[in-house]
Amino acid sequence: MIQIQDLCIRFSDFALKHVNINIKQQEFFILLGPTGSGKTLLVESIAGITPITSGKILIDGHDMTHVPPEKRKVGIVYQDYALFPHMTVMENIQYGLLCQKKNLDQQRIHDLMLKTQILKLSDRKPKHLSGGEKQRVALIRALAVKPSVVLLDEPLSALDPCFRDDIQKLLKMLHKQTKTTFIMVTHNFAEALFLGDRAAVLNNGVIEQTGPVVSLFNHPHTPFVAQYMGFKNIFEVKVDNDKATSNHIEFKIPPTIDPRTRYICFRGEDVHIYAERPSSVTVNTFLGIIEEIVDRGPYCELFVNTNNSQIHVIITKGELIKHDYHLEKIVFISLPPATFHYIL
Amino acid sequence: MKRHYDPFFMISILSCVVVSLFILVPLVQMMMAPSWELLTESFFEPDIQKAIWLSIYTSGLAALISFILGTPFAYLLARKSFFGKQFVEGLIDLPIMIPHPVIGIAILGIVGKHHWLGSLLHRLGIQMMGSVSGIVVVLTFVGMPFYINAVKNGIESIPVRLENVSRSLGASFSRTFFRITLPLALRSVMVGLIMCSARAISEFGAIVVVAYHPMNAPVLIYERFTAFGLKYSQPIAVLLIAICLILFIGLRLVSKMDNEL
Repeated sequence: MIQIQDLCIRFSDFALKHVNINIKQQEFFILLGPTGSGKTLLVESIAGITPITSGKILIDGHDMTHVPPEKRKVGIVYQDYALFPHMTVMENIQYGLLCQKKNLDQQRIHDLMLKTQILKLSDRKPKHLSGGEKQRVALIRALAVKPSVVLLDEPLSALDPCFRDDIQKLLKMLHKQTKTTFIMVTHNFAEALFLGDRAAVLNNGVIEQTGPVVSLFNHPHTPFVAQYMGFKNIFEVKVDNDKATSNHIEFKIPPTIDPRTRYICFRGEDVHIYAERPSSVTVNTFLGIIEEIVDRGPYCELFVNTNNSQIHVIITKGELIKHDYHLEKIVFISLPPATFHYIL
Repeated sequence: MKRHYDPFFMISILSCVVVSLFILVPLVQMMMAPSWELLTESFFEPDIQKAIWLSIYTSGLAALISFILGTPFAYLLARKSFFGKQFVEGLIDLPIMIPHPVIGIAILGIVGKHHWLGSLLHRLGIQMMGSVSGIVVVLTFVGMPFYINAVKNGIESIPVRLENVSRSLGASFSRTFFRITLPLALRSVMVGLIMCSARAISEFGAIVVVAYHPMNAPVLIYERFTAFGLKYSQPIAVLLIAICLILFIGLRLVSKMDNEL
C-alpha cells in the first residue's frame, strides 16, 4: 500500500499542494491531468528522485520520505523508455538484479521476456529496437527486480498508435500476472478507463478528485474533471424546481435534483440530432444551426448553435451522410435529462 | 544547364581555402625548412629528446590530474544548480582568458616561501620553482578548463532520466555514475583529455616564468632560437608539431566515434 500524506513540493514557479492519496496493494492507479499539472513531479517524488518540501510517503507501511531511490523498491518507466544505450537488452534487464545483488532468476526473466516477445532481442542494443520493443524492455527491466510498485510515466504517449494498443494490453496482462502495484501517469482518459482501477485527477498541482475510474468518468465532482472526462457540454445554471437556467438555455430537469446544483454537463454522444422536428420528443428540444463539423474518421463532431450557446454533438459518419448534415443546416437537438450530470 | 551557386556557398568555400592556407603556409614552411640531416641529428640529440619527453609526460600528468579532479566537478556543474554557479563557471574559463605569463606570476606568488602554501610545500620537500612539479601545476592550470568544459557538455547531453532509472533499479549514486554516466560520457572524457593535453603540450608563457629549467620542448625552442637562431630551433618545432598533429588527429577520430545516444 502506498500512502501519500499531505505532500507538498514547492518550486519558484510551480507547487504541488497538499496531496493525499492512498493506493491499495496490487491496484492499477491512474494519475490523470493535463501537461504541467504536476503528475510527473508526484511520480518522481514517490520514486525519491524529486525531494519533497513537506508531507510523508509510506510504502507498505514504511516511511520512505527520506529514503534514497535505490532503497525504495520502486521501479520507474518513462515515456522515452530511458534504456541504457551502451547495454544490450539483456544487460538492461539484468542491471537492477546485479545492482541489488539478487540472484539472477533466469527462469523468471526468461518467462517475462517470452511473454512480452523480447527474448529474441536479448543481444540487441536499444538503438536497434522499435518504440514498442523499447517500451517492453523498459517494462521488464522495471519488473525484473520485483518492485513494490511500478511507476509508469506516460508509457504509451511516445508510441505509434499501432503499438499503443499492444502495450496497453501488455500492461494489463503484466499487472494481473505480477500482482504488482502500478501507478500510471496519463492525460488520456480512454487509457485510464481501459487500464485503471482507481484514479486521481490533478489540476495545477492540486488533486481535484480521486475515485474509481468509472466513477470519475460518470460522476465528476468539478467542471474541470467533467471536461477532462469528456463532457464537452458544461453549463453553469441556476436551479428552480424542475428548471435549470443557464445564460441562454432553459433545461427541463427532474424536480428531485438538488437546488444547490451549479453545473449541468452532458456528453456529445448523448445528444440526439434530427434533421426535422421530432414528433415524439418534446422535452429539451431546441432548434439550432450547425456551425462547425469536425471529421474524426469513423465519427464526426458537430457544433450546433442554439440560443447563442454551442452544443457539442457526436454522430457517426453514416448518420452525417444519411441526413446530409452540413454547415449552416437548421437542425433540432434533443437533450434527454436522464443523460445529464449535475455538479454542486 | 548552367549550374547556379549561391553567393554564400561561394563565400564558404573561399573562407575554407583562406583559413586552411592561413594555418598551413607557415607550418608547412617551417616543416620543410630544416634539412633531413639536421632533423635526424636533432631527433637523436639527448637534450631535445629529454625536452620533448618532458613535454609529453608533464602534459599527460596534467591530463590525468584534470581527469581525477575535473570529472566530479564537471558532473556537479552539469547536473546541479546552486548559488554562484555562474560565477564558478566563469572562474573555470578564467585560465583560458588571462595572459599566460600572468598565470605564471600568479602561481609563483603562492609557491614562494613568503606565502603559507609555498612555505608548507617547502617543508614537505616539494619544490615548485624550476621543477617538474612546477611545470605540471602550470600545465594543469591551463589545461583543466578545456577538460572540465568538454566533460560538462558531454554529461549535460546524457538524459538525467537514465540516472533516475538506474537509481530506481537499486544502484547507488556512485554506482550510477560509474556504470551509466561515465561510460556514456566517455567520448567527451576522451575529447577533454586530448584537448587538455594538447593545450598543455603547447604551453610556454607560464612555464617560462615558473620553471625555465628543466626545459620542456617550447622553452627549448625559445632558447635555441634566441641563442642560435631560426635554423636550430626549427627541427625541435617540427618534432613538436608532429606530436601535436598526432594528438589532434586522435581528437578528430574520437569525435567521430559513433555516439550511442
